[in-house]
Amino acid sequence: MTDFTMTKDGGIATIIWDVPGKSMNVMSFAALDLLDSLIDDALADSAVRGIIITSAKTDFAAGMDLNVLAGLKEAAGDDNPAGPVFDGIMRVHQVLRKIERAGMDPKTLSGGKPIAAVLPGTALGIGYELALACHRIFAADNPKAKIGLPEILVGLFPGAGGTTRLVRKFGAMAAAPYLLEGKTLAPAKAKSAGLIDAVEADPMAAARAWIDSATDADLVKPWDAKGYKMPGGAPYHPAGFMTFIGASAMVGGKTKGAYPAPKAMLSAIYEGAQVPFDTALKIEARWFTNIMLNPSSGAMIRSLFINKGALEKGAVRPADIPDQRVRKLGVLGAGMMGAGIALVSAQAGIEVVLIDQSDDAAAKGKAYSAAYMDKGIKRGKATEDKKAALLDRITATADLTALQGCDLIIEAVFEDPKVKAEMTQKVEAIIPEDCIFASNTSTLPISELAKASTRADQFIGIHFFSPVERMALVEIIKGRQTGDRAVAKALDYVRQIRKTPIVVNDARFFYANRCIIPYINEGIRLVAEGVAPALIDHAAQMLGFPVGPLQLVDETSIELGAKIARATKAAMGDAYPDAAVDAVLFEMEGQGRLGRKAKAGFFDYDETGKRQGYWAGLADHYPLINPQPDLLEVQHRLMFVQVLEAVRALEEGVLEDIREGDVGAILGWGFAPWSGGPFSWLDILGTPYAAERCDQLAAAHGPRFTCPALLREMADKGHSFYKRFGQAAA
Amino acid sequence: MQDVFIYDAARTPRGKGRKDGSLHEVTALRLSALMLDAMADRNNLDGHAVEDVIWGNVTQVGEQGACLARSAVLASRLDERIPGLAINRFCASGLEAVNLAANQIAGGAGRAYIAGGVECMSRVPMGSDGGAIAVDPSLAIEQYFVPQGIGADIIATKYGFTRDDADALAVTSQARAQAAWQAGKFSRAIVPVLDVNGLTILDHDEYMRPGTDMQALGALKPSFKDQGEVMPGFDAVALQRYPELERINHIHHAGNSSGIVDGAAAVLLGNAEFGRAHGLRPRGRIRATAKIGTDPTIMLTGPVPVTQKILAETGMQISDIDLFEVNEAFASVVLLFEQAFGVDHAQVNINGGSIAMGHPLGATGAMILGTLLDNLEQEDKSTGLATLCIGSGMGVATIIERV
Repeated sequence: MTDFTMTKDGGIATIIWDVPGKSMNVMSFAALDLLDSLIDDALADSAVRGIIITSAKTDFAAGMDLNVLAGLKEAAGDDNPAGPVFDGIMRVHQVLRKIERAGMDPKTLSGGKPIAAVLPGTALGIGYELALACHRIFAADNPKAKIGLPEILVGLFPGAGGTTRLVRKFGAMAAAPYLLEGKTLAPAKAKSAGLIDAVEADPMAAARAWIDSATDADLVKPWDAKGYKMPGGAPYHPAGFMTFIGASAMVGGKTKGAYPAPKAMLSAIYEGAQVPFDTALKIEARWFTNIMLNPSSGAMIRSLFINKGALEKGAVRPADIPDQRVRKLGVLGAGMMGAGIALVSAQAGIEVVLIDQSDDAAAKGKAYSAAYMDKGIKRGKATEDKKAALLDRITATADLTALQGCDLIIEAVFEDPKVKAEMTQKVEAIIPEDCIFASNTSTLPISELAKASTRADQFIGIHFFSPVERMALVEIIKGRQTGDRAVAKALDYVRQIRKTPIVVNDARFFYANRCIIPYINEGIRLVAEGVAPALIDHAAQMLGFPVGPLQLVDETSIELGAKIARATKAAMGDAYPDAAVDAVLFEMEGQGRLGRKAKAGFFDYDETGKRQGYWAGLADHYPLINPQPDLLEVQHRLMFVQVLEAVRALEEGVLEDIREGDVGAILGWGFAPWSGGPFSWLDILGTPYAAERCDQLAAAHGPRFTCPALLREMADKGHSFYKRFGQAAA
Repeated sequence: MQDVFIYDAARTPRGKGRKDGSLHEVTALRLSALMLDAMADRNNLDGHAVEDVIWGNVTQVGEQGACLARSAVLASRLDERIPGLAINRFCASGLEAVNLAANQIAGGAGRAYIAGGVECMSRVPMGSDGGAIAVDPSLAIEQYFVPQGIGADIIATKYGFTRDDADALAVTSQARAQAAWQAGKFSRAIVPVLDVNGLTILDHDEYMRPGTDMQALGALKPSFKDQGEVMPGFDAVALQRYPELERINHIHHAGNSSGIVDGAAAVLLGNAEFGRAHGLRPRGRIRATAKIGTDPTIMLTGPVPVTQKILAETGMQISDIDLFEVNEAFASVVLLFEQAFGVDHAQVNINGGSIAMGHPLGATGAMILGTLLDNLEQEDKSTGLATLCIGSGMGVATIIERV
């Protein structure tokens, strides 16, 4: 174990964090023990006047090794895992608290040794919490560095004293953005916000100078000093009372009660604020343990951190294909999708040729990038130079010969097989023979489109979500003949543009739309049955979906929904199961209520397109039933209808890996992130209960809820998806 | 079981619950002792005449803290052997005090009690005693805590009451209260608040706004809209508990909600033997008491299920009740009660209510019970029901009848 090393020079002990074989430091329990012994050594050594804790890497630390955290509870085996988890967290507190007290006499608050943290770059999670336990934090002037506590974003909260220390430092209200939203700041801003103490060109020199001049008083944290009062007031202080009433309302309102971590953190803050500091740390550890043991947190860490990271690093990439990074990309069609694809590709440094039918149309697509950069400049996030460089990389033209030398084409023209086939042939005549050709279609089967290609093994689907620059998921679709090199190309490209890929096989609506469409349809069915529209959308939001199905279909357009319904019906014939949905959809369409763009849909809109309320006419067409169904029944219908599609996609081999199913659902359509995704959710429910609910829902609402054979078999055996299919993944 | 009789009921006038309110200078101790002395004087309660004083009070901190009931007994001319019990059932504390006393007597634990309550809202602000339900996230988030006003607006939204419905009820409350004062209908109940030298501090309800009309109320801004929709956004919390509602309709304002006031009230309860021993004639009998818990988010629907419960337990019908006192905490609470039971507003709060005269939290329950008894006598009716909605989702009711 050499994660930390210590050198002593001129009375200053420098502890250097440098985890071997990793580009970024992460904390482990073994490393913590080592740090503890080094601190002991330095505190005991009378020749040492002060201590600096820093990193040999570009950055300080990314946080706790989440794999280690996930392993803590597994290590308990059959015993109650709360014990080892709590003990592990208390061990962290013990070491950090030792650093904070630094050998001082707790009564006289004197005699301690100054300890400075020197952050060369990013310090997140326990990286920042360790610094927070030191007496002074110096950061290098590194504008790329991020400092803060993003734990909440993966379903945890800062559990290494960050919650307790930041609340005591800033007060509950002022600490909220960093704790509840996981806001991180670059050093300069972190300094003005008070997260760190100094930004220096040479932070090591500054830290040494500070140690030389530090007095006893400089080492005493406000909460360890006599007469400490929490800024903004503790919960039963008149001002604090209002803050804490508001905090519960805001957290409850914003998270819709779906996420356990913010609630647990707020309890740790509230209970901790009423007791002395060391007791507060213990309370923080109890709630953190509680969150660690909550299946939602485990699922969120697994999907949003571990597996998302693994997919981004090429977990499903064909191994023996050499680097396929894209140098020159051709984008066919400069509409909204094409323009967005050009933007994100140019941002990644890729040379882009943006094609449309006329130079003007192509230029319009390029103008999207210009407008995007202008917005960034306005907000201080981009510069004129960056904008110019980015625009230089995009050639907008109607001239197909510009595509010469491209190594990847992404076609984003009108969703018409004929138009697409024509483009494929025209372009294949120009591009190099080894160029990979991708379609951004969201609905048309890739294997069918590939028929227009003379090189079907180089033909693939790369399905972006709208708006391209904001949506993190890219769905890669393998046609029947798609070869490994095309898959590797698509994956390497997605990695270049820093998005998260999933790879699926070709089938109607691929994976994402296959699940989204039934979700929207179920919402519409509920309307037809006389369920209050508010109940339908609220039920979805309380599951953690960003918008409910009715709002979603208004956004994506009812017209498009009706169009897809007609096409699906034509393709499926008598087997088409969604007549009840169509009755509503076509009625809305017939009345010109086509969604938000028509300023009329399930909602009314004002002149500017701002949503007003549900269309009053809905209640006339579909009178409300009394009593209304239970919230849970509505939620289960909305959940199961998508989750069962995911199971069927796995059963049919459309999905090859449940990790992709889970990560793709959260990033692609905002599927209940707290659950970790459809398969994680089924595991949380337990497959036996899930199968039982399928039976009940199918009996009550129809065969779309019929339990898939795979789920039935797993329920019978008591299997979970991640135990059965997750081994390869882990 | 012993019959429990009401021998006397009285109250102070209600002072505006602000720094310029007439009773702002009067301590909660003095106001309480004043009512105890009135009971003693009006009924010759010498020596160890009553078993206990059960005293309702909501905000039990500062001068209202440390078992104010005991302090009030000691500050009054009651015998020191009478102990004093402070209780808190929020807005129904005064009625719960009566019910507790009645049930003690019925069960044989003492011949007589003084029950009542006090609230000096101008001196001890509502909410200044803290409270976990609003603040502790482990409860506030799980139970979808919202303040009472939001709860009242949820009732309006869920049960379809409009701003006009609520304002009309408020106009009626003001008109009835004014007419009742003019006709001297409160004269038996009112104990004027006097200073140490016997000079009058307040002898009438000063919160009332006679002549209030729809137009005047129409100008008032809804009180709970901002905290519901903007900061901190309680509507988003409420809608999780009531997801079938699209949004909360904020209809309540200062003019159709109860007034913040100072005041106290007391009721003398005893068995028949007590009356004989003191030469007192009973004015009414406690027929039944009830309490219940309800959803804490909508919070204020309690009068409906507690009335259903008390009727079921006594085998009575709603039509057996001649007059109702349903505390006007918010207009929608009364509207919901009338809607639920099909009761005519002509039978409810016939001399006005808390919207017109104010709602001194810990005292109101005892006040409206006294008013109900006065009303039954003045209207020559026999049976009445008093009920209040309660914070955190509870309801209390009492049925009385004349003897």
